[in-house]
Amino acid sequence: MVIYGTALLSLCLITGLILGRLIGWALGIDANVGGVGIAMLLLILAAGRLQDMGLLARPTQNGVLFWSSIYIPIVVAMAASQNVRAAVSGGAVAVVAGIIVVIASFALVPLISHMGGTQRESMPSAQPAPSGDEHE
Amino acid sequence: MNELWQIVQSVLVKNSLLTAFALVGIIVGLSYIAAHRFASGRVHGSAIAILIGLILAYVGGVVTDGDKGLADIECLAGIGLMGGAMLRDLAIVATAFGVRLDEFLKTGLSGIVALIAGVFVSFGLGALVAFAFGYRDAVSMTTIGGGAATYIVGPVTGTALGASSEVIALSVAAGLVKSVLVMCLTPIVASWIGLNNPRSALIFGGLMGTTSGVAGGLAATDEKLVPYGAMTATFYTGIGCLVGPSVVFFLLRSVVGT
Repeated sequence: MVIYGTALLSLCLITGLILGRLIGWALGIDANVGGVGIAMLLLILAAGRLQDMGLLARPTQNGVLFWSSIYIPIVVAMAASQNVRAAVSGGAVAVVAGIIVVIASFALVPLISHMGGTQRESMPSAQPAPSGDEHE
Repeated sequence: MNELWQIVQSVLVKNSLLTAFALVGIIVGLSYIAAHRFASGRVHGSAIAILIGLILAYVGGVVTDGDKGLADIECLAGIGLMGGAMLRDLAIVATAFGVRLDEFLKTGLSGIVALIAGVFVSFGLGALVAFAFGYRDAVSMTTIGGGAATYIVGPVTGTALGASSEVIALSVAAGLVKSVLVMCLTPIVASWIGLNNPRSALIFGGLMGTTSGVAGGLAATDEKLVPYGAMTATFYTGIGCLVGPSVVFFLLRSVVGT
């Protein structure tokens, strides 16, 4: 059933968020340390195990895949609920700091990528022009 | 006529999540048509949709004087739920479904290097900019530097160190500028910085750190890269909150004195 997939996904996220809070608490900070990342690892491990046991039926997978395919619309909603006005009118320090940090961080990506990176496997990114149906 | 709108509005408000689904669906649809028609596929439809979302968020902020963008308009409050942390994190985790574990582990070390470099570079540059603008005490410099990390690290650091509310507000603004810029610029610079494989996406997430920026930027670049960038970005804010009020503050205080 579809709900099994969504329940598995939710269970992984909640477990991850709790572990992330606990790590933060253990470190003495009021923040979630890697909760979502831990949840992703849990999902990968759990889905792999269930697949091997033959317990990951197609409808169950759809209960997860639906949420991954609705990712972009959710990101659009996220963008629409950001405090963009505060970002734009935050004063010169904020704008300059933001711009400089973003440029520097972009520039560091190839630098660190090349560091000890001999086996760079590239993704098959040669996809045709994206059509409207692609993410639905 | 006014009465008619009231009736419509009351339905929209009561079903705000459905209103959000419908509106976002229309935005995404129009964006994909625009990408196809006018940009002949060179610009990703999702990039246009995210940009429209940001513009609408600005309009919403101006109209309502609130801080949640479009979600502050009563009948569009569902946008806030749909794009809030709960469903966003659920969708991010779902993108990891089908990813192989060894792809994460193979690049684990560069991810950690990227995280540490990203956090300290953001703090350092943010603090330098703060210094240039006349904020020359270690507390303010660390707080604004934290904002240049993410808009959560800034206020957490500032509160821990007892920074003034003006400085904390600036740090939040710096983090918002960063997140908006990462969303808009990532698809543009992606090919220059080699952002086309899982390894560079992991590094990208660790360097940028802003979950919303990385989520939006990678979605607009190549959806397949999302789980990798999100994986490292999710550790960034925690590490920033950890080192900000401690290591970074002590370092800066030993440099500027006060």
